This record gives sequence, structure tokens and C-alpha cells, in this order.
Amino acid sequence: MAETPPDRRPLLRVEKLRVEFPTRRGTLTAVDNVSFEIGEGEVLGVVGESGAGKSITGSAIIGLIEPPGRIAGGRIYFEGSRIDDLPYEKLRHIRGKRIGTIFQDPLTSLNPLYTIGRQLTETILTHADFSAADARARAIELLGEVGIPSPVQRMEHYPHQFSGGMRQRVVIALALCANPRLVIADEPTTALDVSIQAQIIAVLKARCRDRGAAIMLITHDMGVIAETADRVAVMYSGRIVEVGPLREVVKHPRHPYTVGLMGSIPSIREKAERLTQIEGSMPRLNRIPAGCAFHPRCHEAFARCMSERPELMTNGPSQVACWLFDSRTGSAGHG
Amino acid sequence: MAESASTGSTRSVPVHPLVRVKALARYFDASAPLLNRLLAGEGRRVLHAVDGVDFEIARGRTLSIVGESGCGKSTVARLVVGLYVPTRGSIEFDGRDISAIKGRAEIAALRRRFQIIFQDPYASLNPRWRVRDIVAEPIRVHRLLQGQGAIRARVEELLGEVGLAAVDGEKYPHEFSGGQRQRISIARALASTPEFLVCDEPTSALDVSVQAQILNLMKDLQRTLGLTYLFISHNLAVVRHMSDRVGVMYLGRLAELADAETLFRLPRHPYTRMLVDTIPDLELSGRARTPVAGEVPSAIDPPSGCSFHPRCPFANERCKRERPELRPADGVLVACHGVEEGRLPLA
Amino acid sequence: MAEPALGNDAGLGAHEPSRRSSALARAWDSDLAYSFRHSPVAVASAVATLVIFCGAAFAPLIAPHNPFDLASVSLLDARNPPVWSEGGSWDFPLGSDNLGRDVFSTILFGSRLSLVVGFCSVIFAATVGVVLGLVSGYVGGFVDTVIMRIAEVQLSFPAILIALLVDGIMRGVLPREYQDQVAVYVLILAIGLSYWVHFARTVRGSTMVERNKDYVQAARVIGRHPVAIMLRHVLPNVMGPVLVIATITLAIAIITEATLSFLGVGVPPTEPSLGTLIRVGNDFLFSGEWWISIFPGIALVILVLAVNMLGDWLRDALNPKLR
Repeated sequence: MAETPPDRRPLLRVEKLRVEFPTRRGTLTAVDNVSFEIGEGEVLGVVGESGAGKSITGSAIIGLIEPPGRIAGGRIYFEGSRIDDLPYEKLRHIRGKRIGTIFQDPLTSLNPLYTIGRQLTETILTHADFSAADARARAIELLGEVGIPSPVQRMEHYPHQFSGGMRQRVVIALALCANPRLVIADEPTTALDVSIQAQIIAVLKARCRDRGAAIMLITHDMGVIAETADRVAVMYSGRIVEVGPLREVVKHPRHPYTVGLMGSIPSIREKAERLTQIEGSMPRLNRIPAGCAFHPRCHEAFARCMSERPELMTNGPSQVACWLFDSRTGSAGHG
Repeated sequence: MAESASTGSTRSVPVHPLVRVKALARYFDASAPLLNRLLAGEGRRVLHAVDGVDFEIARGRTLSIVGESGCGKSTVARLVVGLYVPTRGSIEFDGRDISAIKGRAEIAALRRRFQIIFQDPYASLNPRWRVRDIVAEPIRVHRLLQGQGAIRARVEELLGEVGLAAVDGEKYPHEFSGGQRQRISIARALASTPEFLVCDEPTSALDVSVQAQILNLMKDLQRTLGLTYLFISHNLAVVRHMSDRVGVMYLGRLAELADAETLFRLPRHPYTRMLVDTIPDLELSGRARTPVAGEVPSAIDPPSGCSFHPRCPFANERCKRERPELRPADGVLVACHGVEEGRLPLA
Repeated sequence: MAEPALGNDAGLGAHEPSRRSSALARAWDSDLAYSFRHSPVAVASAVATLVIFCGAAFAPLIAPHNPFDLASVSLLDARNPPVWSEGGSWDFPLGSDNLGRDVFSTILFGSRLSLVVGFCSVIFAATVGVVLGLVSGYVGGFVDTVIMRIAEVQLSFPAILIALLVDGIMRGVLPREYQDQVAVYVLILAIGLSYWVHFARTVRGSTMVERNKDYVQAARVIGRHPVAIMLRHVLPNVMGPVLVIATITLAIAIITEATLSFLGVGVPPTEPSLGTLIRVGNDFLFSGEWWISIFPGIALVILVLAVNMLGDWLRDALNPKLR
């Protein structure tokens, strides 16, 4: 965000987050010096290809990094207070109540041995002071809100009796039942059919907007981002390379990687002869190049790119981590 | 190379299509075990994975079959390459019915002419084999070349064609990324110099930028080697990019079959319209996707009549009773009563 | 355009393939070897097993006497106590048994027999089990049903019983004169037939998983013969658990042989194995000559324990979920 109105403190602020995985062959840095903010009620799309570190960023925020991985640096502020250094119990309390999560695979997000109703009421009771009857009523209400037909009957059903799309709706209901301020959705539609994706995204957006909850939408699918997000952050090799309003990033991408990414998506409008191709592939975590991580694949790389790592620089409404946009040397800043 | 019927209208052509599929069907027995059935008093349950599909692919062209999960498109792919035996219907390759081909030598000669590329780059290469052995397997099996030297040279040539280096032959599959493994799969598929490639969702498991590389590669190879493709996918944008003709499948049957331009510009079948509508708008024109009601029903117990009628905004009584056949309409083939009766508004 | 693929599994599990081309160097560097080097239990078990193996292998060189050479055995040396007791001597460091055989030498030679029978029966069981498991898993259908029903029936009997059954049948069938000569082979057959089932079931499960994978389908489309696919494609990928099962079955096979010998239906008494020794010594336990039974017993326990722990470590080290 270019400017924050002084009275609007961001809901989530991540400062120079660094997540490392020590292995016996050296330490792998999965998330390297990542900073961003999410405002109240805002939808931030975090987009990137596999290995870019976006899922790990989401896991780090809610404290679900599996050991030996750990947060090696940086701070995470939620509603003004730090949460990355909280003890497990306090973090657990925040997780679920103030921050809801939706994962990719609805089959494994739900316990196959309990009815949907039980899982919902249990979650509601954990985070709020309802009576059992009230919790049940609330659960039925929630199921209706996410578009499950005949919610009263469906309360008694088990996860395997729902289809994929319906299960994901239940997961959304679970994530929202404690009225969190922030929902972290990690690839919520990837496992679903294309026609169901649209439904799920619509439900997620609408219900979060009702509650004024912000969404951190992590996905590799630019299409999902295009119809959901207010702002977009593009990640590459554990770093954010571009962040800005949706329209800017999608229609006027600045960073060469974003440009390549947008160009490689086939368009439904017209049949291009060739898709834009970025040569090579994302570097391995133990072989991240010095300087700008993208420089080996970049057509516009010059000397500075190979030695100095660029930080996010403002360029219009967006921020780009690229020496081409260094305001001091101008946009034609070739060495 | 004569262009065979590319718009569905009958034109007498001197050259037959490379692949022709007629009334192809494949059923699977999805019944519970005998004892359970007897105890529960159930009958047999049959999954109609593919239930009467007809199409043709002209030489050098690409036909895509698109649809959601459970529509049977992968089963069609496997039927065409012989991994499943059809329950009904026929498959003709280069004018000959392949079920009529007996004799090991003839079958082997046939197998040289087509290959398949699979979706999962991690399961489609034997993790214990070196890449050069994986790519050389078709050459060895069909005895296309003699001598280690000749085989090695050919493998290097193939690796080069797909954008890998000769030294990559010495490595094992796990040392490569998903996109590179697909390249290896393509190299293996090309090893017997086939004319026809079936591609079963070859880029669905890949990142978007890697997908672009593979799609470009496949288009280049089609141009230089004169390949014919049957391209299976659920991604309409990819299908738009790759195909000459497109078939839309729903619950085992074709809903619409048309050339790509026409299908995307003016989709006729309600399901096709719905699918086209679900493609996200990266132009950000503000068009909201109209979410469609309902989900794909189970293929074991499909709806009566037209299997799309529960989700179709235009369904009438006839749609619930009678199953539509694929009929020509304005140069495309559509299986829809509404289109036939002319009561659908043009999108 | 064709530069060497740098490879990219940006996933965290991937590591750099060793540039050293020597297979030994790569093996030393591998995760398995690392796990071994850092597990005291594995190293200790391996050392113990190795000591016993070497002792058995080099028995003719190490043993002070040859207990199978009846000419060198004299009843006058019978029932000497071990060297540290009164009346013991270095001639018979662990004492001698009722026939005058040196216990130490007999343990060495007996271990040899136990190990040979153990190994061979495991190899036999593994071969039968892997082949049947492969066929069962790959072909499926009726063949699978038949093989699995046989396996299940067999599993409902204790293995010892099966070994006894096979052994008894052979004794009934073969003429007396040959019985001693072929006793070892019969034993291997009997124990092998008792334990093939575990191999078969595991291999069948893995085969069923691998069979549906795309690389097998690709081989089918290429037109390979099913047997070629089973042997060249599927088999290398299902062998992993086989090694673990083999190690654990080795320990069980040794114990089974010892049990059978203890019961008197194993190796002939002229070529005692550890089990025979224990049986022989059993009679003398209460008359105070404890060393005849206890030392072979200890040797057996150490061997079996070491092999078992090695098998346990191997199973955990090869389990990708625990890494």
C-alpha cells in the first residue's frame, strides 16, 4: 500500500518475514524478507507458482510451520499486536477465532468420522460462549448462508456424503463460524471443477464481505485472483516481486516475471500463435541466485541485477522489486 | 493433405481421417461385491463412463475434448490408445478398424503409430529407470534401431527436440521438475515416430509459465513433425489455444462438437455456454461470472433424458424424457432439443 | 536452447544429486547411510551381526576344534566347565558338552548352520512370495483370488506347524538313508514355505498401487509384454519393503530352525545347530552343567536380536513418512 491513512491501522502487517528449513545439507530459505499489509475487509491475492513460498507465508502467519521449519526472522502484527512470538496456547486461541483458515483439500480438512453438525457446533462452542442449542442453531444458519440446501438434514451427514464443492462450502462455514477478522484461504478452489470454482469464490467473497472480514487468498490461479482480489502480491522464490491494486498488476504488470506470467496465460478471447514463454524454471531453494532471484531468466537483466537484491520500490500505485524501476536511475536504469 | 470434414457437414473427401470413432462406449461394473448385493437386495450398478461418442480427427489437426471431472474424457483417451477395450462401438485408425487387427506383428506395427502423454509428470516415468532408458524403450521394443550407438544417438536427438540436453539422459526422473518430466514423456512418445498423439491433460499439473513452455513445444512439434493430436483438458483457455476442433463432453456423451473459433465465439449447447461463462475474465471487463446452479451428477445414476436437464435453464418436458442425439445445426454438431427446436436465445 | 537441465524441485525435500559418479560415494552420501551412521542401535546391531557372521564364516579357521569331526571328539573331554570355573581350561574356553565337543567351536559351526538355513529359507520364501505377489497384484481377478485365499488359509496356521507338516511329509516320503543328507534342504523348504505369505501380501499391495500408475500404462501402450512389464517396470519399484521383511524374516527363520532342531525334527544330530545344542544342553541344566545350554542360547539371542533391530532400523529409515 502506498499510503496508509493515519487512523487506519492495517489488520495484518508482516514485516521482513523469513522462514527457514534447516536440512543436513544446509539451510533452505523458503520465505525471504517478505513484507506486506492487509487492511480491514480487504482481499489480498497472493499469487505465485509452486515453490514460490506463498503457502508457507500463510502457514507462518497462523503458526502452522512444521518443525524443523521455523520463523527465522521478521515480525507479524495482527490487530496491532505481535503474534509470531506468542506461545502455542495464545496463538491457538487467535487461530480459529480471529483468523480463520481454508485449505485446499476439503477431504482432509474435515474429520471423516464426525458429522458436519458436530464439527461445526464444536468449533462454535470452542470460540464462543453459546449454549449447545444456540450453537446448533448457529450452525444451521451458517450452513444456509454458505448455500447448503436442507441444512437441518445435512447437519447429520458425514463429510463423505457431500460432493467436493459442498464440502468446501462446509469448510468455509467452519472458517467463518467464529466471525474472524481475517480468513487465510490456501488454494481453496484448486481441487474443484471449473463450474464449481465460480460458485465457491462467490460464496467466499459474499460471506466475508457481510462480516467485514479480510481475505488472504493464496493461489496459483490468476483467474481466481482476477475476480476476487482488491490487491495482488506476486511471489517468486520466496520474495514478493510486485504488489499493487488488481487492475494495475493484471493489466499493467511491471516486473518482468509478472509480465511473463500474464503473457503465458492463454486467453479465451483470441488464439495467439505462441504464448509468452519464460525460459528455465524457478530456482531450487538451495540454489537461489545472488542479487535478484529472477535475473537468470530475465531478458532485461543487467549488471546490478546479478549482485544486488532489489527491494520493493514504488512505481505509481504499485510496488516493484526490480532495478528497472529504481527511481534514482530512472526506468531505463541499465548499468 | 486434403482437409477432411472439419465443420461437421458432409463433404465427400478423397482422404479418410486419421482417427475415426463411432458410437464408442465403455461401461464399468461399479456393483458392490456379490455378498453385499445379495444381503442388501441391490441390483448391479453400471457406470456409463463413455456412452456413445462419435468424432473424427483429420491428419495434422488437433481435436480437443473438454469437460469436467467425471465426464469421461480420460476414458475416451484410454479407449483410443487401447488401454481399455470398448464395450461397444469402433475405433478406426487410418481407415482400419483396430479391433479387427490381429496378429502380434500387425498389432506391434499399429502401436508404433500412436502414443499417449499422461497428466501426472510424477507417475508417468518409472522412478527407477534412467531417462535414456525411458526414452529408448519404444525404440528397443519395436526394434527400430540396432546397436547401442545408434540408439544413444537417437535418444540424444529426441532429448534435444524437446529442449533437454544430452547429459540429462544419465539422470533419474526425480532430478527433474514437473515441466521437464513432461518433456521427457513427450520425448518418449516421439521415440517411435508416431503420427498420432493422445494427450491426457498434459499440462494440468504444471504451473502456468511451465504450461506455456510445454504448449509452445507441442505446437512446434506438430508443425515440424506433422503430428495429429487428441487433446484432453478441462481448461477451456488452453483448449482454445491448442485446438482446431473442440468436443464438449458431459456425463459420457458429447454435447457439442465444432471448430474452435465457432465454439468459443458462439457456443450453442447450454452446457457449453455455461462452461465458456466460467472462464475468468483476465481483461477485467467487469463481467461477473454467472455461477451455475448444481453440480455434476453421479455417472452411475445419471438423470433421465438429457443428462444436463437438472442444471439447464432451458429444460422442458421433452428434455426430461428423451435423450438428444448429436445433430448438425448451423455447421456445428449439438446434442440439444432446445437448439434443435430453435427455442434457445442465441448467446 | 539445450543447456543441461538444472533441475528444479523447489520443494524442500529435494536435494542436490551427488556429482560424484562413483556408486559407493553416492551410497555413502545417501539419506540411508546418514541415518545408519547416526543411529547407535543400528551400528551396534550391525557390528554384532557382522561378528557372528564372520565367526560362522571363518569357523574352520577360528574354532579350536572341529566338533563335526567325530574322530577328534573324545568322551574323556566330556562336560568340562568353562575356562573361568574350577576345572576349566583354555582348551575348552566355554566348556564341553556331554559328547566331549567344545561348546565354543560348536557354537561357531552351529551358527554357521543356523545362518545358512536361515538365509536360504528367506531367499526361498522371498522368491516364492515376490513372484506370487507380483502375479497376484498385476493380473488380479481370479488368479489373485486363488493365491490370496491360499495365503490366508496358510496364515491361519502357526508357521511352526506348517514347517513341521512339510518336514513330516518329507520324512514320510523319503527313504531313511537319505533323510540325514537332505535334512537341511528339507528344513529350508519347510521354513521357506511357512513364510512366503508376508512377502506375497506386501508385494501384492505395492504391485496393485504401481500397476495403476501412468508409467505402467505407458509401457502397455508401447506394447510391452505383461511379463516384461512386471519384471522390468514394477519389480524394481516394489522391492523396497521386501528388504525390510527379509531382514525380519531372517531372524524368525533362525528361531524357527532352532525350534525345530530343539524339537528334534530339524538338522541331524551329527551336525548340530544352535537349536540342537540348546536341546542337548537342556538335559544337563539341572545337573549343574549349565554351559552346554546357556552359551548357545545367548549366542542365539544375540544373533536374533541384532538382526531384528537392524530390520527395525531399516524399516524406519526407509519409511518416507518418518523422515
